Amino acid sequence: MNAPVDYLLHLADNAVVLGQRNAEWCGHGPILEEDIAMGNVSLDYIGQARLLYQLAATRLGGDATEDKLAYFRDETQFRNYTLLELPHNGPLVGYAVSDRDYATTIVRNFLYGALMVLVWEALEKSPDADLAAIAAKSLKEARYHLHHAADWVVRFGDGTEESHKRAQAAVDHLFPYTEEFWTASAAEDAAVAAGAGVDMGSLRAAWDAIVNETLSEATLVRPQVRGYIPEGKHGRHSEHLGYLLGEMQGLARAHPGATW
Amino acid sequence: MYTQAMDIPDESGKKLASVATTVSDQEAAFEARIDADGRIEPQDWMPEAYRKTLVRQISQHAHSEIVGMLPEGNWISRAPSLKRKAILIAKVQDEGGHGLYLYSAAETLGTSRDQMLEGLHSGKAKYSSIFNYPTLNWADVGVIGWLVDGAAIMNQIPLCRCSYGPYARAMIRVCKEESFHQRQGYEALLVMMQGTEAQKAMVQDAVNRLWWKCLAMFGPPDADSPHSAQGMRWGIKRISNDELRQKFIDATVPQAKVLGVTLPDPDLKWNEERQHYDYGQIDWQEFWNTVEGNGPCNKERLATRVKAHNDGQWVRDAALAYTRKQQQRAQKEAA
Repeated sequence: MNAPVDYLLHLADNAVVLGQRNAEWCGHGPILEEDIAMGNVSLDYIGQARLLYQLAATRLGGDATEDKLAYFRDETQFRNYTLLELPHNGPLVGYAVSDRDYATTIVRNFLYGALMVLVWEALEKSPDADLAAIAAKSLKEARYHLHHAADWVVRFGDGTEESHKRAQAAVDHLFPYTEEFWTASAAEDAAVAAGAGVDMGSLRAAWDAIVNETLSEATLVRPQVRGYIPEGKHGRHSEHLGYLLGEMQGLARAHPGATW
Repeated sequence: MYTQAMDIPDESGKKLASVATTVSDQEAAFEARIDADGRIEPQDWMPEAYRKTLVRQISQHAHSEIVGMLPEGNWISRAPSLKRKAILIAKVQDEGGHGLYLYSAAETLGTSRDQMLEGLHSGKAKYSSIFNYPTLNWADVGVIGWLVDGAAIMNQIPLCRCSYGPYARAMIRVCKEESFHQRQGYEALLVMMQGTEAQKAMVQDAVNRLWWKCLAMFGPPDADSPHSAQGMRWGIKRISNDELRQKFIDATVPQAKVLGVTLPDPDLKWNEERQHYDYGQIDWQEFWNTVEGNGPCNKERLATRVKAHNDGQWVRDAALAYTRKQQQRAQKEAA
């Protein structure tokens, strides 16, 4: 009946990684209102990650804690979608330095937000009561995230020549990473088998509909995707996650056993 | 001053006199309300100098909130636990919110946010000098909450009774949130002081670096404070810099004892006669250097704000362009 721990970690890692990324905008937003909004989105993701890690830690027992799971697992143990660890810019190697691009941020939040509204809607009905409770709380947040991101996708796509160009480039860059949503993983299969998870394939048509409608309103073109499919949820990541975790985990790991 | 305008011989003397009388009545009403400790609202007449002083003070305050997001934001990505990360994001976000309602309060005085930002970005407008120092270890986040927000609260509580209504009301909310931040910061430090030797050393290091800067936050000594007297008269400022500084020190020394940190001032001791703590000399030369733009982080802070603003131009342009298109479409449909 209960979702397996690996499945909870997949959901938690997604949330913590995107929360960490979005928080990079704190103090650097394009306008004060957006700075605050993006802080809010980030805070929601960190909050979701905490609840999911806490649940995983309870079920793991022993000395597991939310922070041990977030701070003391290595890159290959992280089960997040590769999409979520990418920096806020176009395709560049891991150690490249670039200005953050708000279109990349917004398009990612849109593509992922559309997915999570559907995932949480399904998980809200999960017989795993703890997971269902987290889903119910997260669904409200995900709806706001999708609303916020979709509004900006439309403004960018149908705004100025430059914003259109940036939004289309972000869509072209990020879309292939969404293929990972639909591939199978052992954790997801086990969650479905336990009756506590969601069959991701069953969400695809609804996700397509949300995404296509907004892209069309934004006068943006959905690219044809073929070739490589990312495998972040299997622990095989891009070059970017190592840097993200290095920064996030460094202080905690320098003081193992310390309480903050 | 009250009747000066009516003395001017002019062909349009009659008209001028009547205008002047009106102004004089307005000024009298303004002064009477100030004397009665009443509130001035945006639609009320006010002397230009009062308006200017408020715009200067409120916009400086708003800029301080926005620039103040940067030193704390420096630790969000490295916060050592998820709980502390969430607290820090929420806190920095609160500071952004304070900036937002302070800019809005200043806008009621007829100055746009763009004008105020232009003042900040060109270096003409000031912000609190405390944010021109680097945050070098994680305990800085807690110490900023405890001491910097603590000092800010001392400064700001009297502003809840400021004569200008929108500012006073904004400050009530700001103060509530700041006092929450202060307690959160202090609690984070308490946990660290019960932790490892390395954690305790971090807290002491942060206190050593920030203590004197916090004392300087109250501004120059009363004798050298150019804006204070008029501000007091207008009910914009209620308590003098030195009085507030003393109040802060008296409140903080016992808190430092509970925490187990040493405040880095060998002259800090209780004075039975004064019923206050005596304290050492603040380095005003260093303070003025920093205020004038030559502190350790002034250039980084300002350049970062300017970059965020410039990099965000296309986003703001897109939002405006889209709104314009929507309006045009709506007009077309209506026609």
